[in-house]
Amino acid sequence: MSYDNEMEMKFKSLPENEAFARTSVSLFITPLNPTLDELNDIKTAVSEAVTNAVIHGYEESFGEIFLKCGIKQNTVYIKIEDKGKGIENIEQAMSPLYTSKPNLGRSGLGFTVMESFMDEIKVSSSAGEGTIIEMTKKITGGNSAG
Amino acid sequence: MNILCESRGRTLIVKVNGEIDHYSSNELKNKTDREYKQAKSKNIVFDFSGVTFMDSSGIGVIMGRYKNVISNGGVIGAVSISKELRKIFDLSGLFKIIKCYENIESALKDFSVRGQ
Ligand SMILES: Nc1ncnc2c1ncn2[C@@H]1O[C@H](COP(=O)(O)OP(=O)(O)OP(=O)(O)O)[C@@H](O)[C@H]1O
Ligand SMILES: [Mg+2]
Repeated sequence: MSYDNEMEMKFKSLPENEAFARTSVSLFITPLNPTLDELNDIKTAVSEAVTNAVIHGYEESFGEIFLKCGIKQNTVYIKIEDKGKGIENIEQAMSPLYTSKPNLGRSGLGFTVMESFMDEIKVSSSAGEGTIIEMTKKITGGNSAG
Repeated sequence: MNILCESRGRTLIVKVNGEIDHYSSNELKNKTDREYKQAKSKNIVFDFSGVTFMDSSGIGVIMGRYKNVISNGGVIGAVSISKELRKIFDLSGLFKIIKCYENIESALKDFSVRGQ
């Protein structure tokens, strides 16, 4: 797809980069004039996907996380990719409250948040190869009261 | 993130400032557990008035503290939940187990009415 504007970044799977990733996306989409709610939804979804790559994708090891963000008219396209261990059963992983790490105090709500805060989400993954999360959200913006 | 803990009777008040994500949630978890033990508290009130962002990592922290607190016979409350935070709270079902208050004083008052 050809976007009106796009950006790409690559960073190490360190927890401190979770804030860096969501803040970068939030600054990048500012020209669309999103409402605070829309901005918060997108920041939260990015945070969930990046956190999953850090915690589940790479676990105790470190690797690279790739983030792409495109804008076409009023829609934001986000792609977050890791080359980590992958997801064996995507349906199970996406079901609310499912977590493979209950002992780490995870709640199993990351995918539920991504699904309900964004318009669309697509998960592609294969065991041993990594995971790609693609999400879109239309910005209504212009709502200065927001 | 910056965390201020204060003990009032048997209730630990935890005031969080900043963003709660996976990176910062460890500190929140550790500090809350440490102070809860040290002050021999029973209940916890989280003051979210200074929280500007929270993802599911924050939900995990609250659920974990909830389990500790009820096994200790206590209750848990939350104060000043912004519109943005409310959305993730609603989604998680946390409101079913945690009562929300406008301010610390009304939380403490309700706890004492409930015999806590
Ligand atoms: N990038 C990834 N690589 C490998 N496994 C993943 C990845 N993302 C998610 N998973 C798997 O999907 C499960 C569900 O993810 P989800 O984000 O919904 O919950 P969680 O991360 O376990 O908990 P929470 O997000 O509430 O802290 C994870 O427990 C993990 O097993
Ligand atoms: Mg997650």
